[in-house]
Amino acid sequence: MPIKKNQTRLSVLKTYKLYIGGQFPRTESGRYYTVSDADGKALANACLSSRKDLRDAVTAARSAFGGWSGKTAYNRGQILYRMAEVVEARRTEMIRELTDSGSSTAQAKKEVDACIDTLVHFAGWCDKYHQLFSTVNPVASSHFNFSVPEPMGVVGIMANNEQPLLGLIQPMAAAIAGGNTCVIVAHTDRPLAAISFAEALATSDLPGGVVNILTGKTSELLPWMAGHLDVNAILMSSLDNSAWKETQLAATANLKRIVSLPENDALSPYRILDLQEIKTTWHPIENIASAGSAY
Amino acid sequence: MVLNMIDLTTLEGKDTDQKVRQLCYKAMHPHDELPNIPTVAAICVYPNFVRVAKKTLEGSKIKVASVATAFPSGQSTRAIKLADTRFAVSEGADEVDMVISRGKFHAGEYNFVFDEIAAIKEACGQARLKVILETGELGSLDKVRRASEIAMYAGADFIKTSTGKIQPAATMPVTLVMLEAIRDFYYKTGIQVGMKPAGGISKSKLALHYLVMLRETLGQDWMSNEWFRFGASSLANDVLMQIRKETTGQYQSAAYFSVD
Amino acid sequence: MAKTASKQINKAKIKPLRFDTDWQYDPAPESAAAAQIEPEYGLFINGKWQKPDSGQYFNTINPANEKELSRIAVANEKDVDRAVRAARNAYEKVWKKMAPAERGKYIFRIARIIQEKARELAIIETLDGGKPIRESRDFDVPTAAQHFFYYAGWGDKLHYAFPQKKLNPLGVAGQIIPWNFPLLMAAWKIAPALATGNTVVLKPAETTSLTALKLASILQEADLPPGVVNIITGAGSTGAALVAHPDVNKIAFTGSTSVGKIIQRSIAGTNKRSTLELGGKAANIVFEDAPLDQAVEGVVNGIFFNQGHVCCAGSRLYLQESIAKEFIRKLKDRISTLIVGDPMDKNTDIGAINSKEQLDTILRYIQIGKKEGAAIHQPACSLPKKGFWCPPTLFTDVAQSNRITQEEIFGPVLAILTFRTDDEVIEKANNTPYGLSAGVWTDKGSRIFNMTRRLRAGVVWANTFNKFDAAAPFGGFKESGFGREGGLHGLSPYLDINS
Repeated sequence: MPIKKNQTRLSVLKTYKLYIGGQFPRTESGRYYTVSDADGKALANACLSSRKDLRDAVTAARSAFGGWSGKTAYNRGQILYRMAEVVEARRTEMIRELTDSGSSTAQAKKEVDACIDTLVHFAGWCDKYHQLFSTVNPVASSHFNFSVPEPMGVVGIMANNEQPLLGLIQPMAAAIAGGNTCVIVAHTDRPLAAISFAEALATSDLPGGVVNILTGKTSELLPWMAGHLDVNAILMSSLDNSAWKETQLAATANLKRIVSLPENDALSPYRILDLQEIKTTWHPIENIASAGSAY
Repeated sequence: MVLNMIDLTTLEGKDTDQKVRQLCYKAMHPHDELPNIPTVAAICVYPNFVRVAKKTLEGSKIKVASVATAFPSGQSTRAIKLADTRFAVSEGADEVDMVISRGKFHAGEYNFVFDEIAAIKEACGQARLKVILETGELGSLDKVRRASEIAMYAGADFIKTSTGKIQPAATMPVTLVMLEAIRDFYYKTGIQVGMKPAGGISKSKLALHYLVMLRETLGQDWMSNEWFRFGASSLANDVLMQIRKETTGQYQSAAYFSVD
Repeated sequence: MAKTASKQINKAKIKPLRFDTDWQYDPAPESAAAAQIEPEYGLFINGKWQKPDSGQYFNTINPANEKELSRIAVANEKDVDRAVRAARNAYEKVWKKMAPAERGKYIFRIARIIQEKARELAIIETLDGGKPIRESRDFDVPTAAQHFFYYAGWGDKLHYAFPQKKLNPLGVAGQIIPWNFPLLMAAWKIAPALATGNTVVLKPAETTSLTALKLASILQEADLPPGVVNIITGAGSTGAALVAHPDVNKIAFTGSTSVGKIIQRSIAGTNKRSTLELGGKAANIVFEDAPLDQAVEGVVNGIFFNQGHVCCAGSRLYLQESIAKEFIRKLKDRISTLIVGDPMDKNTDIGAINSKEQLDTILRYIQIGKKEGAAIHQPACSLPKKGFWCPPTLFTDVAQSNRITQEEIFGPVLAILTFRTDDEVIEKANNTPYGLSAGVWTDKGSRIFNMTRRLRAGVVWANTFNKFDAAAPFGGFKESGFGREGGLHGLSPYLDINS
């Protein structure tokens, strides 16, 4: 931002870096691209992430998975609620990021409020979705038999729809509420709000590596994500047919689950279930004198 | 009381006679500036330093404990382990800290483990035998309990948690299981066995937690360094800092307390 | 050969262990300074503190030293009516109409403020009720916060819990809570009621009103709309007036079975919904293959946690006969190190008995036990002169028909019986009009599930005891009450579920 008339103080411009492993490194490639506002005026330089940044992000997400999925559901819920607290405190800043890059003030306010409420909503799901999706199964033998959802692992999220912030936070919240960790590629043309959001993540008790955010070209990064053997699932829009097909083909290498980002119904426990595996456990029930049938 | 229960330890590849002498001096003079500070219970070193330690500590009541039996891994022959033990004892060691054969234990060869401990006990002569279970390698509390019982029935004078060379070293759950095993052994046989948690206890507060466990599981007859030891090095200075804080009311700095 | 093999062991000469050591613990007193208690409290109605209609107040004391802490208002029928009308008004005009997600956010705020004020709440709970500060601090307050946090999240998700159903809140809930976990019981009642869209009139127990009243100020701080929660203090007559009030849609009560029955009679024939969480006489069962030292910890926790003032306390211990002697020896050693003393001291394990009345009841049962011929064992403890105290008490040589086996004592008194087979212990465990909880200690998984399947109790703890979580439903079978609190199952008691 140039110095305005009647203003004597020069503002300090933000450098937008990547968010990997709880830290803010620059892209290892040294490349950048110019992010512009709706009128084409330059806003800032963003990192043009490379496959190596993606690789490092996946490594960070994998390291963080054991700890994150090992926390109690209550603890994850409290952390997601804290994320909402921190974003609420930064509401003005987030609105400005969106209006700078083309949203109207009304749109921006609506989007930021929806982001905060999304985080609160999924904070409330952390310790409840198991109660909807688990079962105790009445098998026809004397066994205690139960099925529970477990997180898939490292999830790649291609956040590239109309709303640069909400389109990232909704799938992210569902993924991490369910105990997964994620690597997110932000909206290519409007990435700045995502990095500011990462600053909120870094100050909200979220362990490093649970969420990683890259900026750059989806078309460059997606194929590497799709073929990466240590990514367990990818969430992406199914609207781009060719990208969808290419991704599904590459994903067969490790049977990655490719999940469609919904157009609506984002605030649903089924978005959590989309990224869960179901584990069924059996244990005998001893039948000392007429215990009757099992559960 | 905590200070008097510490076995000040140096078990490094780079130990020398000078290092051991300096450690022994620290053992006898933890912090001469403070009045009425007791000495530690013992020094724990490799067998080749027993002689110099014994000489340096002459006149004090501090015992010399030597590790033996192919410490820390225990992966060697019976003959070598016996020779190791006899050497340490002949050099003047008051106590021997042996390691059990964890591999044999995991393979289920409990008689082997038992016989080995009994043989080392015999080789100790008058020296007291501490048996290191290496709880960090045992994998579960059930196994810690089983190893404790084998050691005690085979003649251990002390059972000890760890070599201090791997993580995890002593923990409170493992220590409680061992204290309970000692208690049950005592009720069955009338024989007292000592206990030593080693490694990972560097703060006075944690040491006090261990003493609470000791008091409430075994009681008065175990509350002395004849039956309970802390295998620790930096704990001593932390205790000294706490004692200082008690008297002056100020938080202390490590810079004011000698390292060995 | 090991030298020990040749020693002769003379069991008679084995000296007992001595736990009263030269090394004594220093007192570790928590300071009351971090807590602010007003000298007098009014009634919390419609978001404001109001004077009671009768102008009457009563003293509330610290049962550890019998000193007065504050003066509490007595709500009469007029006050009850005011409170119910405030709740009704808030329900119709504000709470029912509010977007569920927004209701949830109020409840999240309450949870967070409880966490911020945790220390103050813990101190007040201990001073008012006599429970050890370690318990208030480590269990009561954090679990209360968790209940609000958990139910806050359900507010906008109810249609997933009851798919395809048309859901409505019930309206105004009248809630009466006991003195054993005052703040926690307030959380168990208020959180699900609010999350499902109801408004509340809560009556805390007369000996322990202070944390509920502190909670009222937290509700103000959270900006909860006036009238959504009203807190009125008083004794039995206040509770009865609340239960009888015609504009209350739902009664939730935790307390004794006898009062629970009075309430049920009072609302018979009306449309009022109810949930009751009443007494218990839980069987804690130890099999010979149980890890005995851990089972001892579980048994001790089961009956001495909160001085035994727990509806789900493991007050009947059934020991498999083969391990009974060894177990009792370990149990006696363990309880000899329990510290009965000033609840504000962080060393204390067993605090004060909540009231003179309750202490008299407990002492009466101890006399009954002795008269019945049971053998009593109490460790030597020095008890403070003022206040209400009872040392941990074991009775052995007890049979199924002893009164101390059948009747709820609600104190630190454990009846110990033996059994031989699984069938026998299941029959004896179920042989009671109560059915709140039970404990099973065994290493064998298949036996655990057999036992949990056949024990007629609402909560079965296997290889653990007294575990509570906002996500886990809690409630009784038979005369221990009906309805569940906690978890998904804790929602339906506060909802009208139609097709």
